[in-house]
Amino acid sequence: MLLIPCPYCGERPEIEFSYSGQAHLVRPPRPAELSDEAWSEYLYVRDNPRGRHAERWRHLRGCGRFFNAIRDTTTDRIAVTYRMGEPPP
Amino acid sequence: MIVGGGGHGLGTAYYLAAEHGLTNIAVVEKGWIGGGNTGRNTTIIRSNYLFDESIAIYEHALKLWEGLSQALNYNVMYSPRGVMMLAHSVHDTQMLKRIMHADRANGVDNEWLTPEEAKAYCPPLEIGTHLRYPVLGATLQRRGGTARHDAVAWGYARAADALGVDILENCEVTGIRRGAGGAVEALETTRGLIRTPRVGVVAAGNSSVVMGLAGVRLPLESFPLQALVSEPVKPVFPCVVMSNAIHAYISQSDKGELVIGAGTDAYNSYTQRGALHVDLHTLEAICELFPAFRRLRMLRNWGGIVDVTVDRSPIVGKTPVPGLYLNCGWGTGGFKATPGSAHVFAWTMAKDEPHPYAAPFSLERFRDGAMIDEAAAAGVSH
Ligand SMILES: Cc1cc2nc3c(=O)[nH]c(=O)nc-3n(C[C@H](O)[C@H](O)[C@H](O)COP(=O)(O)OP(=O)(O)OC[C@H]3O[C@@H](n4cnc5c(N)ncnc54)[C@H](O)[C@@H]3O)c2cc1C
Ligand SMILES: [Zn+2]
Repeated sequence: MLLIPCPYCGERPEIEFSYSGQAHLVRPPRPAELSDEAWSEYLYVRDNPRGRHAERWRHLRGCGRFFNAIRDTTTDRIAVTYRMGEPPP
Repeated sequence: MIVGGGGHGLGTAYYLAAEHGLTNIAVVEKGWIGGGNTGRNTTIIRSNYLFDESIAIYEHALKLWEGLSQALNYNVMYSPRGVMMLAHSVHDTQMLKRIMHADRANGVDNEWLTPEEAKAYCPPLEIGTHLRYPVLGATLQRRGGTARHDAVAWGYARAADALGVDILENCEVTGIRRGAGGAVEALETTRGLIRTPRVGVVAAGNSSVVMGLAGVRLPLESFPLQALVSEPVKPVFPCVVMSNAIHAYISQSDKGELVIGAGTDAYNSYTQRGALHVDLHTLEAICELFPAFRRLRMLRNWGGIVDVTVDRSPIVGKTPVPGLYLNCGWGTGGFKATPGSAHVFAWTMAKDEPHPYAAPFSLERFRDGAMIDEAAAAGVSH
C-alpha cells in the first residue's frame, strides 16, 4: 500500500484516496469543431508511460480535495505531490 | 516478426506457419516465453460474454481449446469443469440472466442455477441467507473451465518451432524503424537489427511502450493484476466460481493449490507486483463464500501487468503504420482467448485484412464510437 502525501493533510495510506488517472488533460474548448481523431485522443488515448507519470488523486476519505502527483510507474515511488492549478514540477 | 512470446504471440506464429504456410517467422521475447501474463494468470476459460462480437471471438477460442492438445500434440490440460458466476443482488441476477440469454441466442451454452443447484455443483459454496451478500443464483457454462498456462506457451512454441519458426528469448525490441513512406522496415533489438516488412505487436501490458516506438498512441492503460495460491490440499473444489460483485474467483489446480484471483491496483503501473490490501479484499470474500477455507494458509501472491482499454475489449488488427499489426488490450481476461486471438491475428497478418471475428475490435472503433462495452457486462472480466 502506498503512503501518499496529501498536500493538505500529509502522509496517509492509499486506501483513503481515489485515483483518477493522467493529470493535466484539458478539455478542448469547442469539441464540435474537433476531428473524430482529436476528440477520441482527448477522451481515450493516454500516455501510459514506463517511468514518470503526472496523475490526479483525490483525498476522498480525508479532506476530500483533489491534487496531482508525480509517480514513477516502474517503482510506484511518488516524487512529489502538488496542488490543483500548479504546473507539474 | 512477432513481438512478445506470450501465448497470443507464440500462437500467432504457430498459425502463421500451420495455416498460412509462412515459415520465415520469428518471435522476439524480452524475457522468457510465457513469463508475462500467460504464466501469471488464473487460467479461467469461458465464452459467456454479453455482446455478439465478444461471444463470437471467445467462442471461436473455446472451440479451439476443445481440440488444442490434439492439434499441438501437447497436453494443455484443458479441463471443462464448468464456470459458475454468482448473483448476489437483484441487479446481478438481471445482468447475469441477460448475459445468459444473449449467449443462448448466439448458440453458446449457459444456464441458470438456483442457490441449491449451485451448491450441489460446488459443495464448498455457502448459500445461507445469513451471508452479507447471499447467493441468489448463478449462471453455469459447463464447457468453461481451466487449462495449464505454461503448457499453452510451451505447446505453441514447440509446435511453431517444429514448423521452422525461430523463437528468440532475452531479446527486447528497443526500436521500430520505418522507411520514407512510413512503412515498417526493421526492428531494433538488444540482440541486433532485424529487417522485416511485417511486425505483429503482442506485448500485453507493454503495448503502449512498444507501439510508442512506432509513434502510435493507444487508448489503454497498464495496471498490476494479482493472483495468489493456497497451500496444496486434496481435491475439494470441482469447478471455477466467480463473483464479480464482491470480487472473488477461485478454482483448484491439479497440484492441489486453490488458485485465487484478486483485483487490480487503482493506478497504472509496470511494477508486476501489486498491493497486499487488494489481495485481502478478495480473501475476505473467499472466506465468506467458502467458510471451510478460512484456515487455509496462502503460499504466495504475484502480479502481472494487464493492458486495459476503455471498453474492456481487445484491439486486434491493422494500425495506421503500414506493415504494423496490433493485438492487445486483452486486459484482465485474455488467457481464455489465446487460441482464438492467435488464430484470427495470424489470418489478419497473412492476408493484410481483418479476420471477420477481429474486425469489430479495430483500433478505429474508438474514433468511430463503436465500443464493445464489456466493462458494463462484467465489472471484472477474467
Ligand atoms: C493475475 C492475473 C490473472 C488473470 N486471470 C485470467 C483468467 O483467469 N482468465 C483469462 O482469460 N485471463 C486472465 N488474465 C489475463 C491474461 O493473462 C492475459 O490477457 C493473457 O495471458 C495475455 O497474453 P499475451 O500472450 O497477450 O501476453 P503475455 O503473456 O504478457 O505476453 C506478452 C509478452 O511480450 C513481451 N514483451 C513486452 N515488451 C517487449 C519488448 N519490448 N520486446 C520483446 N518482448 C516484449 C513480454 O515479456 C511478454 O512475455 C489474468 C492476468 C493476470 C495478470
Ligand atoms: Zn487531504
